Amino acid sequence: MADDQKKGLSRRDFLKTTGIATGALVGGGLIGGLVGYNVNKDGVQRKSGTENAEDHDVTSVKGLMFFTNHADFNVLSQAVERIFPEDDLGPGAIGLGVPYFIDNQLAGNYGSNAREYMQGPFFAGEATQGYQSSLTRAEMFRQGIAKMEEEAQKRYQKPFVDLDGGQMDEIITSFQKNEVEMKGVSSEFFFRILRQATLEGAYADPIYNGNNNMDAWRMKGFPGHQFAYINMIEDEKFQKIEPKSISSMQH
Amino acid sequence: MAKTLDKVNVVTVGVGWMGGIIAAECAKAGLKVRGLERGKSRSTADYQMIHDEYRYAIRYELMQDLSKETITFRNHRKMRALPMRQLGSFLLGENLGGAGTHWNGHTFRFLPYDFQIKTMTEQKYGKNKLSSDYLLQDWGVTYDELEPYFDKFEKTAGISGEYTNPFAGKRSNDFPTPPMKRTPILKKFETAASSLGYHPYMLPSANLSEAYENPDGETIGACQYCGFCDRFGCEYGAKTSAEITVIPTAMKTGNFDVTFHANVVEVLKSGNKVTGVRYVDTQTGEEFIQPADVVVLTSYVMNNAKLLMVSKIGEQYNPDTGRGTLGKNYGYQILPGATGFFDEQMNVFMGAGALGMTIDDFNGDSFDHSDVDFIHGGSISLTQPGYRPIQTNPIQPDVPAWGAEFKKASIENFTRMLSIGGQGASMPHKENFMSLDPDYKDAYGVPLLQLTYNFTEQDRNMHKYLTDRIAEIMKEMGAKTVVPGNPISDYDIVPYQTTHNTGGTIMGTDPATSVVNTYLQHWDAENLFVVGAGNFPHNGGYNPTGTIGALAYRTAEAIQKYSKTGGSLV
Ligand SMILES: Cc1cc2nc3c(=O)[nH]c(=O)nc-3n(C[C@H](O)[C@H](O)[C@H](O)COP(=O)(O)OP(=O)(O)OC[C@H]3O[C@@H](n4cnc5c(N)ncnc54)[C@H](O)[C@@H]3O)c2cc1C
Ligand code: SF4
Repeated sequence: MADDQKKGLSRRDFLKTTGIATGALVGGGLIGGLVGYNVNKDGVQRKSGTENAEDHDVTSVKGLMFFTNHADFNVLSQAVERIFPEDDLGPGAIGLGVPYFIDNQLAGNYGSNAREYMQGPFFAGEATQGYQSSLTRAEMFRQGIAKMEEEAQKRYQKPFVDLDGGQMDEIITSFQKNEVEMKGVSSEFFFRILRQATLEGAYADPIYNGNNNMDAWRMKGFPGHQFAYINMIEDEKFQKIEPKSISSMQH
Repeated sequence: MAKTLDKVNVVTVGVGWMGGIIAAECAKAGLKVRGLERGKSRSTADYQMIHDEYRYAIRYELMQDLSKETITFRNHRKMRALPMRQLGSFLLGENLGGAGTHWNGHTFRFLPYDFQIKTMTEQKYGKNKLSSDYLLQDWGVTYDELEPYFDKFEKTAGISGEYTNPFAGKRSNDFPTPPMKRTPILKKFETAASSLGYHPYMLPSANLSEAYENPDGETIGACQYCGFCDRFGCEYGAKTSAEITVIPTAMKTGNFDVTFHANVVEVLKSGNKVTGVRYVDTQTGEEFIQPADVVVLTSYVMNNAKLLMVSKIGEQYNPDTGRGTLGKNYGYQILPGATGFFDEQMNVFMGAGALGMTIDDFNGDSFDHSDVDFIHGGSISLTQPGYRPIQTNPIQPDVPAWGAEFKKASIENFTRMLSIGGQGASMPHKENFMSLDPDYKDAYGVPLLQLTYNFTEQDRNMHKYLTDRIAEIMKEMGAKTVVPGNPISDYDIVPYQTTHNTGGTIMGTDPATSVVNTYLQHWDAENLFVVGAGNFPHNGGYNPTGTIGALAYRTAEAIQKYSKTGGSLV
């Protein structure tokens, strides 16, 4: 744990000294951009290209579609990094762009529960009956992130992003154990969707603005989109295959 | 005011697997058929960019839009039923091809025992093997009577398999195409199961081992083992589904058309016949009446039952009195299993939905049940479907669910984990049923279907027994850690289990205990047919579609006969 903490702090220190930007960076704003991407002045990220078999000069801009201030986005970024931290295997949630993934998803069908049954009346129900909140995921995240900040202030009189890793974990664990009071949703449920969204952002195809440079796939030994395995599926040997994004079918 | 359209001979409500079969057979025989499908059209052209786990497997792009319609659920009658607000336990289909577009393609024939379960169980174990709360009944049709129709469905679909399972019913023909590849992962299971004295065989698959032309002249491609199968459409046209077989077959005759965005809300009945259906155009909100000589419900288990209930056709089942048949015998499936963690890395991301090996040594009545406290059992399979990284984050029980340890373990285990699963049969119980929800409505103002369901004693006992057997096989396979599935307690609608819902519109030989006769013709309306796994009086130890497919072919024949002669077919 102590090691992790140091790493977390030193990463923040690193960012403060890079001079690319301040403040916004702490939450992982551009950390994602630093892994496997070149970041030019106007924030346009360009694939470095060499490690990619099919390089068709894709440019992409990451930005916030849901959160309206850096403070909230930074809390989200630090929380997801605790859930899926950087380690010797490779980047963590921030490095993978997970905070952008979540932000962007919250601005769309996922955040508005567009394809789910949202008619009342609403009752808490039993666990076996599943999601029964009248809140959309967007509303849950907005409240949940604010609650995380509130807990940090209450417990440590500090912003969440200034806590050390162990303190952040303590707060996240309180959510997991349903010990934090939330309105219209349990903190345990918020924790569950936060965890799930983190994994989704790490491992979804990079077209969704997470899984930067397909590094999460590389860590896991998953080759992403491949046309066929018919010629290797009988091989006894484990196959290491350079991953491909589904975007290779779209350009 | 609803606008009345010109009459057709046959209307199908829904155009998925079963709607497609009925349409193809009736249209080939010269009947004018119209399919009413609430969703949109789609075809292989729409699956060319489908290797996207997030969009299709996590956000369920191909499946039912629950903002329009869902079901409500409670475990028992004292619980308040609440809507299933998100998909979870089962994934309902929508759009052309229905759930068959994104199925796996495991294509089994239920066992001879299944069709005569009551008679055979009582003969061997007496009348009191199960308590009278279990509403066991024979299906009214035997395996041998259905065999030609199994054969027909398998030929249409080109099923790949091998005829070596000693517990299966007798086949008139071998499988249309050879089995899929025996991969190193499958061989591990085969070796272990054989050395324990069991009888492994290649799982019958609708992911075809080679290109095939079916008797209707439709071609199905060869599976490329792409690993994006379950929950996805096939970009190669290699996973047999309705939209690449029976639907084009029906279209070619010139006797079939489909109206899309047509959500049927009522079956219209007059005297002992139905006259057609009423539907809402979901794009305009306009209502239409589609008159037909024959109405066929092929809208999956849930809506087949719901449409009968809202149309007041048949008597609703009452668990207090045992009277009524509509909604009775809702069944599901019991899923024992074990996970094994191995030292070596394996190509788990390669695979196909129905790539697997199976044993039936603990299915049906393959083994003696005298000393166990349950009947039936389940098939046990190891499949290699192609694991994907969002859905598959395997950790040992002592690893936390997030953080540094989680990340390490889930990444390490991803390519070192295999699992074996059973599909346990589900015995009907008097407290498990479907009815109409009194409070919640769909987007068209029609009440939602209400599900009252829980696992029972029989299920828990079977689960435990099969889990133990499965864990033994996993151990024999050389896993360094074997983690057996947790015992089941209450049914939970949240985690995905299977889309093998059954019952509610059950078939039989007696109108007092069934909704339809053995030709799936409604007892109370001779020109109304109801087709789907809802016809199963209990659920067997396999995936359902092979067996529903056989029943549908038999019904298609019956509808042609009915169109000439009229009257009850029994
Ligand atoms: C992920 C997954 C994997 C599966 N794997 C297997 C497998 O390996 N083996 C197996 O045997 N089975 C499998 N199944 C189950 C299989 O898909 C179903 O048994 C099969 O599709 C049922 O066919 P059906 O025609 O009865 O229903 P469907 O194929 O679901 O078709 C019903 C159609 O009716 C339409 N409809 C519903 N209500 C209305 C209405 N009111 N008005 C108009 N149209 C309506 C729907 O939109 C849909 O198109 C799987 C299912 C899923 C979801
Ligand atoms: S695994 Fe085979 S059948 Fe399944 S989608 Fe891929 S190619 Fe098609």
